[in-house]
Amino acid sequence: MNMLPIHRTRQLGKIHVPTVTLAHGGGGKAMKDLIDDVFVSAFDNAALAPLEDQARLDLASLALHGDRLAFTTDSFVVHPLLFPGGDIGKLAICGTINDLAVGGAMPLYMACAVIVEEGLPIDLMRKIALSMARTAQDAGVQIVTGDTKVVERGACDKLFITTTGVGVIRKGVELGTHLAQPDDIVLVNGVLGDHGAAVLTARGDMALDAAIESDCAPLHDLIEKLLVAAPGIRCLRDATRGGLATVLNEIADASQVAIEIKETQTPIREDVRGFCEILGLDPLYLANEGKIVVVAPPESSDNALAVLRAHPLGSSASVIGTICKGEAGRVTMLTAFGGKRIVDMLVGEQLPRIC
Amino acid sequence: MKYVDEFRDHAKAQILVEEIQSLVRTMNLNIERPIQIMEVCGGHTHSIFRYGIEGMLPKEIELVHGPGCPVCVLPMGRVDDCVAIAERPDVIFTTFGDTMRVPGSKKSLLQAKADGADVRMVYSPMDALALARKNPDREVVFFGIGFETTMPSTALTVLQAVRDGISNFSLFCNHITIVPTIKAILDSPDLRLAGFLGPGHVSMVIGTAPFKFIANYYRKPMVIAGFEPLDILQSIWMVLKQIEEGRSDIENQYGRIVPDAGNAPALEAVSRVYELRAFFEWRGLGSIDHSGVTLREEYARFDAEKRFAIPNLKIADPKSCQCGEVLKGVIKPWQCKVFGSACTPERPLGALMVSSEGACAAYFQYGGVKRHHENSERASMKQAGAA
Repeated sequence: MNMLPIHRTRQLGKIHVPTVTLAHGGGGKAMKDLIDDVFVSAFDNAALAPLEDQARLDLASLALHGDRLAFTTDSFVVHPLLFPGGDIGKLAICGTINDLAVGGAMPLYMACAVIVEEGLPIDLMRKIALSMARTAQDAGVQIVTGDTKVVERGACDKLFITTTGVGVIRKGVELGTHLAQPDDIVLVNGVLGDHGAAVLTARGDMALDAAIESDCAPLHDLIEKLLVAAPGIRCLRDATRGGLATVLNEIADASQVAIEIKETQTPIREDVRGFCEILGLDPLYLANEGKIVVVAPPESSDNALAVLRAHPLGSSASVIGTICKGEAGRVTMLTAFGGKRIVDMLVGEQLPRIC
Repeated sequence: MKYVDEFRDHAKAQILVEEIQSLVRTMNLNIERPIQIMEVCGGHTHSIFRYGIEGMLPKEIELVHGPGCPVCVLPMGRVDDCVAIAERPDVIFTTFGDTMRVPGSKKSLLQAKADGADVRMVYSPMDALALARKNPDREVVFFGIGFETTMPSTALTVLQAVRDGISNFSLFCNHITIVPTIKAILDSPDLRLAGFLGPGHVSMVIGTAPFKFIANYYRKPMVIAGFEPLDILQSIWMVLKQIEEGRSDIENQYGRIVPDAGNAPALEAVSRVYELRAFFEWRGLGSIDHSGVTLREEYARFDAEKRFAIPNLKIADPKSCQCGEVLKGVIKPWQCKVFGSACTPERPLGALMVSSEGACAAYFQYGGVKRHHENSERASMKQAGAA
């Protein structure tokens, strides 16, 4: 996090009750105390400190990073709020960072809006806010504005977070799902399905005990290195809700190409495979929060793989398939067994609300 | 993954495919009129598509995807009954996940939930019983569905409720039994099935003896098959071998799970709790005698049908549906008039488009939408498979 000196002119408020009540959403002193105690003290930075209704960003310093603004928003409603490998706060920061990064943008600033259900323990909110702050700081992103609403019990499920991010795209970087071409190579930066499996396990209603951790991580650093070392990358997508299968279908559809992947090359951890076997899930559709699909032209795919593997967030990166002529929009997988299956979009979800 | 990968071994699959090919050559089969083998169970259908098994087989063999998906064959009227029970304010309605989307004549359980009904997904009927314990002021109803595979678990749950004196638990029983349905299919005049892959999970409970009439009376071979892809290839080979040798026997490929005598304690629980209904309505197939079970009089207090007033209306299948013909192998899914147009997985009209185990949904999802395309790909698939 930016360590600029902060010139505070007032004492930060403090909360002395254990849980959030409707009073904390009333717009009065209780709300100010909540925002101060939970968020301002955690996010602590120069742009946020004045607590104006908007953050003010210097255009000239933005322009140092590139020639286009990237702007995105995402809401997070994951249940449970804490899960192995992360929490809703970390997820909300990583998710928006990754949505900016896969467009080739350097993520810089973020807004954070929370909707809290009355009765949520304040300590839990503090923990989640600190997790957001830590994740943002490690990623060099500042949380510069926000909003807090408290709603009656039952009007939301504990805590919903919306993060909105601004980043800047370097001159010359041009990525798009419509740019894939036959003979291009499809890569992923590591094992698939960990987040979906971790969250489903954490819910506890499967009565399964598995030590699977979410892969939740900010990928902008990995992506920046990738774009420098392997120019000509056609597109990047983070394989979140709907998993690898959904992203591949989106690319095949947007580019009007076919994609063929090989099951034997598609990395999935043994315990995630076992988890899917028991529950009848398909890991190709499980959510990830730290995985990207990369489409690279054949001449730079070796470089791309090497850069991914050299990065801590890409050590088990793999080439999983190729873009081919075939029927436009169709994704197929050569199964390890030797057959060939279609990998289509899911109609609904395998199971609801996992990110 | 141990005990899983062994059954998905590529090299062994190649050997089996070659064995099947050489058997097909000696049998002198006709590509124009392929030999039809029905896999009875929806679990087999799912594996066949998931591992791409159809594309590995010679064109002289056609797999017909049978009626063994209990979600698919549930008639609309029964879904309406579920919705009616679920919408009572005193009820917590519990169900397996894949029944949530099955359309009734007005709405699915998923829509009922969105409209305010307390519908909860559970993973076992015992979870429903636990909910009943936790909510003594609510009526907890479990949506019992499935063939003999799931019957023992609901029967044992009812017996547990008796032992624990739980009075706010009941079962909406839609259990069905596969044997009369296979018989109904065998009796249909346009049938040209040459043999069956028998339902492995059902047989694990009921054993192999109940299928003997298929071999003895109808002279059709059946091989009780496992659900891993090697199980399925081997079972197909075994069915072909019987046909080649002019035999019709009930053989058990799935011996590691299926004892020929079945599972005695499971059967005991089932016969204690359930009795046959005079008939039961199947989506796509119509009414079939003795094809469903209900709770015995002794356990009537756990019967949601008796405890709650249900509409119990018969809703006819849409006229344009050709599910029955698909189920019997008379036409393939993509030959149905409404396949992929009026009937899709998002808006299923017919039974077979409803669950991912349904033949039409499987074709839609795993690639039968354009059959001519698939045909042209078959050759290349086989090459890829051999690579």
